[in-house]
Amino acid sequence: MTIPTITNPSFNETFYASLQTPPTGERVRTCLQCGMCSGVCPFGYVMDFPPGRMIAALRSEIFDRVMKSDTVWMCVACYACTEVCPSGIPLTEKLMARAKEELILSGAVPAELQLALENSQRYGNVLGQSPRKRADWTKGIQATVPVFGKEKKSAEVLWYVGDYASYHPRVQTTSRAFAQVLNALGVDFAILGSDESGDGDSQRLAGERGLFEVLAAKNAQAFRKYKFGEIITTDPHAFNAIKNVYPTLGISFPVRHYTQFLAERLEQLKPLLKQPVNGKITFHDPCYLGRANNIYDEPRALLQAIPGAELVEMSHSGKTSLCCGGGGGGMWLEGFQWEKAHTRTSEWRVREAIASGATTLAVACPYEPPRFEDAVKTVREASGMEVRDVIELLVESMEQ
Amino acid sequence: MNLVVPIKLVPDLVEELVIDASGARLDPDALRLKLNEFDDHAIEQAILLKEKGAGQVTVVAPDIEGVDDALFTAAAKGADRLIKLTGNWNNGVNNHALARVFANFVETLRPELILTGVQAHNDLDGAVGPQLAEHLGMPYVGYVSGVVVFDNKAQVRKEFPGGLIAEMDVVLPAVLGIQAAEKPPRYVPISKVRATMKTAKLETFPAAELETAGAPTTVRLFQPETGARATMLAGDADAVATRLVEIFREQGIL
Repeated sequence: MTIPTITNPSFNETFYASLQTPPTGERVRTCLQCGMCSGVCPFGYVMDFPPGRMIAALRSEIFDRVMKSDTVWMCVACYACTEVCPSGIPLTEKLMARAKEELILSGAVPAELQLALENSQRYGNVLGQSPRKRADWTKGIQATVPVFGKEKKSAEVLWYVGDYASYHPRVQTTSRAFAQVLNALGVDFAILGSDESGDGDSQRLAGERGLFEVLAAKNAQAFRKYKFGEIITTDPHAFNAIKNVYPTLGISFPVRHYTQFLAERLEQLKPLLKQPVNGKITFHDPCYLGRANNIYDEPRALLQAIPGAELVEMSHSGKTSLCCGGGGGGMWLEGFQWEKAHTRTSEWRVREAIASGATTLAVACPYEPPRFEDAVKTVREASGMEVRDVIELLVESMEQ
Repeated sequence: MNLVVPIKLVPDLVEELVIDASGARLDPDALRLKLNEFDDHAIEQAILLKEKGAGQVTVVAPDIEGVDDALFTAAAKGADRLIKLTGNWNNGVNNHALARVFANFVETLRPELILTGVQAHNDLDGAVGPQLAEHLGMPYVGYVSGVVVFDNKAQVRKEFPGGLIAEMDVVLPAVLGIQAAEKPPRYVPISKVRATMKTAKLETFPAAELETAGAPTTVRLFQPETGARATMLAGDADAVATRLVEIFREQGIL
């Protein structure tokens, strides 16, 4: 009688198996090798192993070669591959995030990304700012921004502000504008102030799943301290995390992106929009509002309500929108990605905005104003292009 | 080889520094402490040596708030023993007293190589490393940015100003003040730190009496004060430039 030998599964086998979790993970086995994912990927051409080739490597049991390449870090988790995959494989959520997770576990973390992750670990925000100063952006502004635990114990709406909207000087402008809109509409809301932590979604998609879980748990603790009807946020990444991923950790709260919240109040908002905002406006669909969550109409409805505004579309729009380059860790891999590609997707996008004939590029994600404004500075023909969050355009139209 | 890394936590400058009512020290309630950056490099260097086959790494720290995180993170990176020294650290501690406490305890570990951060931003009264070496009667080399260990000696790279680097041999046991590890301190995923928290053991030992002899006494602590000699020029760029040129003329520079 021969004794069957038991061998430990290889890394290739365990990794492949880890992707095949329900409800959609097993679809990885149905990959047709059509290559659409790799073709549509904004950085597929610089990747040693774009998604399709990664799956081919798994099937050939040579995934260790993928792990030796650092070009997985070119993935900006933009969902373009997931969107076009005819087999419905969760490429962004599973394949790319898991590959990055393995790289992090093996210690292969680009230095810029490491700093961002360490900041999130230590301070609860990726910018490495004092958590005590999270609500400092509300100081000295006209709008009233109540804080849970201070001015209010309960409110209809919990406004989850997020890291960039709290700390980044450019994005604070959007936050202040949103406070103005909420005040004008008489919304009963409050923010969490220093009780709030980063949502962790981009850290998760950059492969730091454990950090995401810690941040989610901290936010859950803060959410549970107060009474509120729903969460709203200006950040599509936070929206995506709270809507789609927090529930898998047992953290379930109703959440909407501000464009949904305001579109619902359009009739109340319209009479306030008095000043014309002239010129052509083009809207950049944020990946985590559009492709990841199918919200395309609400931001456009808000823009169309602005007197004088003429909405034009870019060559990539809606489902085919081109990523600003900030997702999945891209915000924190600027130098790394520049070294590999010598270009930025934000620059391509600004060129598309010019080609559309627009003079204003409207956005709805906190990653975008700084990224696109930087791109406007580096793309010669973009000089004069305005980058404005939809909220900022609304406020401009509301002002006397 | 027995590698020992004494570390300390320092005020995190991301938070505002508040001077307490006595006017001579920082308000401990407003402080948030973090691992001294150079000590982080010392831990990394020790672990790099361990990975090259040089024995076990013991990290020693005063038992103050925030130290558990620092120690568990060190363990997740590869440190073998984690030791907290309990004592009356409430009023802060100067480096003279800390070096004596470290010397007293570390001696019992029979270290062959001690690696510690070359400096810290709150070193008022000399760095810990040289004082520790003096108490232990060991040689000290500071500003080290590379270590290779042989049988009973270490070959170290020491940085001098002006871009000069010396390579020197040090007889062991010795104390090294680490300026930079050969590689930047590694990232440990939070899942690994959490797993380590469940398995790693924090040992505690009582610290020796704090002996501050030789340390300076802080009489007054204050924020930089505005000097009376500075003149701020107001107005738009043209007005300021015109006034500047006038001042240069008055002073005989132009």
